[in-house]
Amino acid sequence: MALLLLALLLILLGGTLALLLGRDEKLASWAGAGGAVLGALVGLVPALETLAGGPGTTLRLPWSLPLGGFVIGLDPLSAFFLVVILGLCALAAVYGTGYLRGHGRAGSAWFFFDALMASMALAVVARDAVLFLIAWELMTLSSYFLVVRDDEDESARQAGWTYLIAAHLGTAALLLFFGLLSRQAGSTSFDAFGPLDARLSGLAFLLSLAGFGVKAGFIPLHVWLPEAHPAAPSHVSAVMSGVMIKTGIYGLLRAWIFLGPPPAWWGWTLLGVGAVSGILGVLFALAQHDLKRLLAYHSVENIGIIALGLGVGLLGSAHGLPLVALLGFGGALLHVLNHALFKGLLFLGAGAVLNAAGTRDMEHLGGLLKRMPWTGACFLIASAAICGLPPLNGFVSEFLIFLGAFLAASHGAPWGPVAIGALALIGGLALACFTKAFGVVFLGEPRGERAAKAQEAPWSMRAPMVVLAGLCVLVGLGGALALDWVSPALSQVSGLRLEDFLPALEEALGPLQLITISACFFFLALAGLIALRSSLLAGRERGESGTWDCGYAAPSARMQYTASSFAQPLTELFAPFLCARERSAGPEGLFPERATFATETPDAFRERLYRPAFEGALKAAWKLRWLQHGRIQLYVLYIALTLMALLLWRLG
Amino acid sequence: MSFWVDALIVLVVLTNLRVLGASRLSACIRAVAVQGALLGLLPVLAHLDALTGRLLLQAAASTLLKAVVFPWLLARAVREASIQLEVEPFVGYTASLTAGLLFWGGAFWLGQRLPVPGAEELRLLVPTALFTIFVGLFLIVARRKALTQVLGYLVLENGIYTFGMAFAEKQPLLVELGILLDVFMGVFVMGITLYHISREFDHLDADRLSELRD
Amino acid sequence: MSGLFHLLLALLCAPLLLGVVNRTKALFAGRAGAPLLQPYFDLLKLLQKGAVYSRTTSWVFRAGPLVSLASTAAALTLLPLGGLPALLAFPGDLVLFAGLLGLGRFFTMAAALDTGSAFEGMGASREAWYSVLAEPALLLALAAMAKRSGQLSLSGLYAGLSLETLLAPGGPALLLAAAALALVFLAENSRIPFDDPNTHLELTMVHEVMALDHGGPDLAFIQYGAALKFWALGTLLTGILLPLREASPSLDALAGLCGLLLLAVAVGVVESVIARLRLTKVSDLLASATALAVLALMLARRAP
Repeated sequence: MALLLLALLLILLGGTLALLLGRDEKLASWAGAGGAVLGALVGLVPALETLAGGPGTTLRLPWSLPLGGFVIGLDPLSAFFLVVILGLCALAAVYGTGYLRGHGRAGSAWFFFDALMASMALAVVARDAVLFLIAWELMTLSSYFLVVRDDEDESARQAGWTYLIAAHLGTAALLLFFGLLSRQAGSTSFDAFGPLDARLSGLAFLLSLAGFGVKAGFIPLHVWLPEAHPAAPSHVSAVMSGVMIKTGIYGLLRAWIFLGPPPAWWGWTLLGVGAVSGILGVLFALAQHDLKRLLAYHSVENIGIIALGLGVGLLGSAHGLPLVALLGFGGALLHVLNHALFKGLLFLGAGAVLNAAGTRDMEHLGGLLKRMPWTGACFLIASAAICGLPPLNGFVSEFLIFLGAFLAASHGAPWGPVAIGALALIGGLALACFTKAFGVVFLGEPRGERAAKAQEAPWSMRAPMVVLAGLCVLVGLGGALALDWVSPALSQVSGLRLEDFLPALEEALGPLQLITISACFFFLALAGLIALRSSLLAGRERGESGTWDCGYAAPSARMQYTASSFAQPLTELFAPFLCARERSAGPEGLFPERATFATETPDAFRERLYRPAFEGALKAAWKLRWLQHGRIQLYVLYIALTLMALLLWRLG
Repeated sequence: MSFWVDALIVLVVLTNLRVLGASRLSACIRAVAVQGALLGLLPVLAHLDALTGRLLLQAAASTLLKAVVFPWLLARAVREASIQLEVEPFVGYTASLTAGLLFWGGAFWLGQRLPVPGAEELRLLVPTALFTIFVGLFLIVARRKALTQVLGYLVLENGIYTFGMAFAEKQPLLVELGILLDVFMGVFVMGITLYHISREFDHLDADRLSELRD
Repeated sequence: MSGLFHLLLALLCAPLLLGVVNRTKALFAGRAGAPLLQPYFDLLKLLQKGAVYSRTTSWVFRAGPLVSLASTAAALTLLPLGGLPALLAFPGDLVLFAGLLGLGRFFTMAAALDTGSAFEGMGASREAWYSVLAEPALLLALAAMAKRSGQLSLSGLYAGLSLETLLAPGGPALLLAAAALALVFLAENSRIPFDDPNTHLELTMVHEVMALDHGGPDLAFIQYGAALKFWALGTLLTGILLPLREASPSLDALAGLCGLLLLAVAVGVVESVIARLRLTKVSDLLASATALAVLALMLARRAP
């Protein structure tokens, strides 16, 4: 426990030092990143210990907060999220030292990064509602300042504004949620919270879903996410997408522990939210050609997959199917880890591309694999992992959710097939999306001048990517070990009795071990084929030529298939769900000079739901304009009248 | 016997999906004809151990009307009024299919909640009937041509007929024949009207009939 | 041991199926056609050649054929053939099967995009489009089988099937699942009506166009991989429609092989009598495959 506090202090100290040393970019980044890495290393010790079966502990500090106390604690669930947060943040910090070089204003960037990291860590270990909300708010604010770091850019300011409003609407729901719980318990301490009666419990569930769902990015609460994530510096995008949105998942899991055994409709709700977020998230992603925006939408998709897992888990435990519950929750928890790994890696890779080629627009990229071999290879691994392809980590978690859904289907439950269909569709669309992202950015010929002159990223940026890629492969190969590793947290979340949990865990571990064996088959076959080809080609002629373009002799880079055209059949098929706009000017006249064609796909919910709603609200507010005269006397009158009314109401 | 009943019911469901997904009028008409024939066969197969004259008569009459007479009338209307062969949907084919699947899910869910007397082997009958009714309504709502609306009514009637089959014991012959006659008259009148409308206006889009409201 | 037997049989006999398809088509067209073993001759010829690579390509292009062949081979270890059990069987192996096929597809598409050719990009784009729609159909059809059998491994799904089960009360559900799988089989193997393996117009090809730039041993790997994929998805289909089970492994193998040969003949017949669908119609057909699978799932009931 003391180590955990020390870790938090180290991180904050690093951030403060960075702010003070802000003039000197090098010193600031040393302080900021050093604090983050040191703090992470120190903090990982108690977290890993707790997850390995150490006793859960709580620490109550004599610092009083208004309405609450400073209580922090570590149990397996907190420890699991803490490991993910600290691990990814440390790697992102190392990356940041390279990424922020020459961008100026390093001090504030590092201060807010460290504050974000510390507040996330504090949020998952807080054991008091007030402390939790404070940490939650700090998290929002520090990430807001990171989003608007590029404050000369109009779109970044806009993104930050959207983010701030969405986050606070979410916090409002959370205030109500914790209010309900603490009214019943008479205290704001997590230990005191207990199950509510059925109706209030349903209300509390919906409030938690709305409040945490905003942070997690469930559709339709996701609108801030595709704006804010791309606007932030890439290592911050990695942290926001990789772990910050997961604090929403942590909150949901923690809330359900308070609320006790779930009724079936919670599971159905989560399943519906997950299916919609997953499918629409990946569809929106498919239609983007801004690399980071595409990745941000994929976070919505992956949160959807996690929600599907949670839904399967909740329904499994509501219907008394312990193995299904374990598989659903296990898949969801592992996907939290896996998504942090591959999405972190993808954003770091996108940052390296942005730094090297100066643009995030995929239509101006291409051929980067030859120019940035390390970044490219890491991006490839992460792309395959996010599509849920074996033998990588994304497959392991999706496999568990699939298995739970298949098990439910074989019991005749109608929700099993819903999850299977949604996951299958998501998987297919993700495959299309990431062949597009990887293929257009890294393969073929560069589509722009800057992409042609791109250089590989420095080692400070490459090393974290290599580590993350290695972890993707390792978790993919050792799926059983990974599940076993999170099993203490899983046991806490799934709400199963130990005598149900242990046999179910054994049953879930078996297939994962066989997947490892199957992966070995695959690698054996691959090695054999590589050897076969090199022995066949040894001593034979190996020619080089241009790409065969079906008889056309002078193909240029601009004739390659673009990202938009690659996605076109699918975006057309699902056009009713997308809000795509086309701008085109066709060739005119006998000697046409130029023709243009551009597509853009803004967020359908933002365009069709929120914009009309907020404009309506603005109009309604405008109607009350007459109240505002700008005369101070009148305002005082308003206050006096309100006070009088309240007094009368209270006494009357 | 249950295999054949199941198989027939599945084929009825498939004809419904076919109607939803077909882009040509002739294919739609053919699918509805096949559906009529299947439904004519169904009560015979379902009650093979207790065949009565009444049952056979009813089956023969409905098969004759639904599988032969109506399709023939409609096909004639298409030919005579030289209606375009495309269905012209308001809702696209893939979307219609998806809607069809949702209807099937809903019908299945509802069917499990409706208490139906009868044998276990007829358990699929009620969902199928509801599904057929939904599809008929959907066709009426989501297709542009007057002819497809007639087809929709036919499918709707098929659904009601199937629904009646679940209660075959209790349903008087007269009711069934009455419904059949209604639809017969309906198709007949509509066939004639269609012909005349098309002569007057050169097209048969039901949504443009609203121009006649004065 | 008999699991290994199926793997060896598949590795050995898969190209024969393509020969049978082509021979059937030739007979329909009134030609004598190439020898049944022509695919083997082609493979041998290609393996003896050198290689030419485009200057645009990177190592991903060279890895494409290898990864897709290796993943298809790994997927084969999960498949039973009639009475022959799979080499590996565990709950959920059907998800791994779909995942391995997906891995192969990912690298095939990446290799196609690596050439920078517009035609290959188009092929990859269409392949992605087809697979998006085929994936739910495949998994939902398998879910229907899982609901019927109460098992979660491919070997378990196919274990209790026989000709009688097809005609039992649950039979229509099985047939619907088989119909969905048949459409998936045709789509994934780039067969008519989804894609024409014989076309020579780059604009109309899907799978073939992605292999345009490959040559020599790489092309041999691609063609061999296609044959293995034909075999793999074919066994899913013949396992339902021709559930023949004999006492001994060798008879089982023979029965399974006969079933696949019949399937190859059927594919040849289909390709001879049906035209390729217009591209915009493909999604309708694949959506109906999903519809069939969902229907099968709703009708499936647990086998006694």
